[in-house]
Amino acid sequence: MIFSSKIKITLRKNILDPQGKTIEHSLKSMGYNSILDTRIGKFVELQVEADSLDKAKQITDDACKKLLANPVMEDYEFEIVELK
Amino acid sequence: MSKAKIGVVVFPGSNCDHDAYNVCKNIMNADTKFLWHKDGSIDDRNVIILPGGFSYGDYLRCGAISRFSSIMTDVIRFANNGGIVMGICNGFQVLCESGLLPGALLRNENLKFICKTVSLKVENNKSIFTGKYDIKEDINVPIAHGEGNYYCDENTLSDLISNNQILFSYNENPNGSLLNIAGIQNKTRNVLGMMPHPERASEKMLGNNDGKRLFESVIESIL
Repeated sequence: MIFSSKIKITLRKNILDPQGKTIEHSLKSMGYNSILDTRIGKFVELQVEADSLDKAKQITDDACKKLLANPVMEDYEFEIVELK
Repeated sequence: MSKAKIGVVVFPGSNCDHDAYNVCKNIMNADTKFLWHKDGSIDDRNVIILPGGFSYGDYLRCGAISRFSSIMTDVIRFANNGGIVMGICNGFQVLCESGLLPGALLRNENLKFICKTVSLKVENNKSIFTGKYDIKEDINVPIAHGEGNYYCDENTLSDLISNNQILFSYNENPNGSLLNIAGIQNKTRNVLGMMPHPERASEKMLGNNDGKRLFESVIESIL
């Protein structure tokens, strides 16, 4: 079975995100006063071949831990769906 | 002649490899050679330099891809056995990614790539990397980075302080680094990581040789 993993990687909440702040200032200067916070991150999409959803989750999680995210400074989350 | 046998690792995108090689070979007169990252072995070398540059185009995160390059398995084994490893700029980022040094290098706080000579303070001169400097001595060394903002959690930071692992700090913080950190060593004191470029400040002819004593310290430590 082939799965699609959509991974979102962001700087950890307690770390200042200067890109996010700069964009936030720009949005505010455009008049978007209702936007309270802006964070920038990365999006990674993987196609994973695995026997089950659990196995695909495990492979994705392992790849995130080892390479795709750096746990010292980043958090990650992902969604997986089976591709038809 | 010193018994130092220096290996300068070359990743695709390294661009300070020749500067490091030149200082070791032609200024320090040490036995020096390049190590292509795919060769997978550090050969007979007893000092390893991970040079500055933009290995693998800084894709994903600086140093993240190089950390899994085949030579790094041998570099990590060597470092864990007490071998001397120095990471300069991108090399520091690779060492943090590989877990040989704690923490991480974030984007500079002002989002700018900063290329200028800065004033550093030698925070600890009881290391194999800084023995030739005076304690609290101010030296001028160039920086050239966009991701040099040193970060670690509070426990790691207090460990760095209590183990005297901070070797260099910025006199004026250019990038947002915690505690103005510019360079650290590992707990076992055989691995150095620093964002400034001592290899660009090792010849009087080029205007400044404040970085030279770092290479002298390391080379003289190999008996």
